[in-house]
Amino acid sequence: MKILVCLCPVPDTTTKIAFGDNNTTFNSQGVTFIINPYDEWYSVVRALELKEAGTATAVHLITVGKADAEPVIRKALALGGDEAIRIDTDSNDPYVVAAQIAQYASAENYDLVLCGKESIDYNNGTVGGMLAELLDMNYLGFVSDIKVDGNNVTVLREIDGGDETDSCVLPLVISCQKGVAEARIPNMRGIMAARTKPLKVVAPAAISSVSNIVSFEMPPAKTGVRMIAADNMDELVSLLHNEAKVI
Amino acid sequence: MSVIVLTEHAQGSFKKKSLEAVQYGAKIAAMMGTSVTAVAAGNVSNDELQTLGAYGAQKVLHVADARLDNFSSRAFTKVVLAAAAQEGAKVIVCLHDTTGKAVAPRVAARLQAGMVAGAVGLPDLSSGFTVKKNVFSGKAFAFVNITSDVKVITLMPNSSAVVKGEGSASVEALSVSFDDQDFAVQVQQVSKATGSVPLSEAELVVSGGRGLKGPENWHILEDLATSLGAATACSRPVADSHWRPHNEHVGQTGGTIRPNLYIAAGISGAIQHLAGVNGSKTIVVINKDPEAPFFKAADYGVLGDVFEVLPRLTEAVKKFKANN
Repeated sequence: MKILVCLCPVPDTTTKIAFGDNNTTFNSQGVTFIINPYDEWYSVVRALELKEAGTATAVHLITVGKADAEPVIRKALALGGDEAIRIDTDSNDPYVVAAQIAQYASAENYDLVLCGKESIDYNNGTVGGMLAELLDMNYLGFVSDIKVDGNNVTVLREIDGGDETDSCVLPLVISCQKGVAEARIPNMRGIMAARTKPLKVVAPAAISSVSNIVSFEMPPAKTGVRMIAADNMDELVSLLHNEAKVI
Repeated sequence: MSVIVLTEHAQGSFKKKSLEAVQYGAKIAAMMGTSVTAVAAGNVSNDELQTLGAYGAQKVLHVADARLDNFSSRAFTKVVLAAAAQEGAKVIVCLHDTTGKAVAPRVAARLQAGMVAGAVGLPDLSSGFTVKKNVFSGKAFAFVNITSDVKVITLMPNSSAVVKGEGSASVEALSVSFDDQDFAVQVQQVSKATGSVPLSEAELVVSGGRGLKGPENWHILEDLATSLGAATACSRPVADSHWRPHNEHVGQTGGTIRPNLYIAAGISGAIQHLAGVNGSKTIVVINKDPEAPFFKAADYGVLGDVFEVLPRLTEAVKKFKANN
């Protein structure tokens, strides 16, 4: 079984978000980039577990990004994985990202494609579903457990107000969230090994974007908290009813 | 030319968020001078289908295939594509939930259509087709312009109030040809919390953090939730410690919610937590630490011990409910 894991570099979760050029670009100055946590903690680690268990024969890591994405891919390679692929283009349009990955993946006959449930920067969560359609595969989204038995995969999938156990045969695209695996920290051996692992740079396919980010906006600042005495909850209830009008 | 909206139902009753999506689609249709068609899949009665008219749908296309009572992203994608082709859809609206997030990207990829995931407002048609959405897990908004002919949107639940109007929709059967692959996903087991309000569409949410000290104390939070008719949520450390199920975790790496009222008890308000909840209309923070960063993001604050404040608030809510 060959696994492809999709990776997205994102700003560290503690980043204070700021925009430049009259709020049209994300200001990445001084920002530390990490692997999207859903991709790293769950997709990468689960793929490695499947390789360690002898279920998977190869784990490939792929990202769509320019050269500045490489340190992030090397970090994923330090966790494990046989080779990495970087498609040499940059886009905020999820269709372009998915179509680029699909273009590469279609020639490689992957049995399982894993991605995070969404990236924590643009929160789209669309690449997995788009890939499934472009690769003509079934798609199981928002999964918190993956078991593989031969050609058959059983997952626990989030649904409205609960979860569902689904099974399906490979090939499949699965988007991962908490529960799929436990986060790992790369060890020194992995970090050394990652330096010499193959990192293929692939020229992008000609794919036109179908959306673009025009501008950004910060949410309105709160006007200031109104403190209520801890022994006067009747007042809080009254304010929620009469002033905030939410109950 | 038209706008189509994929609806969702639970055992044949439309979910509130689907009514919101239909109304959202109707508003877009009005802006574009066209009409909105709702799409429903699986077992839903004719009477129930017609009710979508009260939310702006002129027409409902119904694919009555019973196999659609189980979700399959492939099959639902075919349903939407068939409806879109028949209606000449220019805009396709799904919900930003586990169903819509699995279907809309497939539809968009098939049509090579631009997509906005998690829209929080109506499109601006003054220069293109620009839709506002959450980015950086609610720390900011982006305005995304879709440049393709067909536009796909997933709507964040609770983005606008649902107002029931007059009218009844005409219902038409839609036939879609499926293949075996469309139903290759077998549902083995479904487990749902019964009777509680789903977090993503809850208007009122009561949330607890480490300040509650352990899962055995959660009943004081649940009492408040019950008195308000609210859903319960929690912070990441609480879910990580398995005090509460992961689906209750809100924050940057959990769910993003935008209820009318968010009451945070014993949550300090780390930036990652705020990211998931700062779209809430009104935030109440209860904490015994005056330095808790959450107070800066709150509308109302109560400085005190959650073990004393929560039961008092529950009593106050009960008293209010009894008199109103």
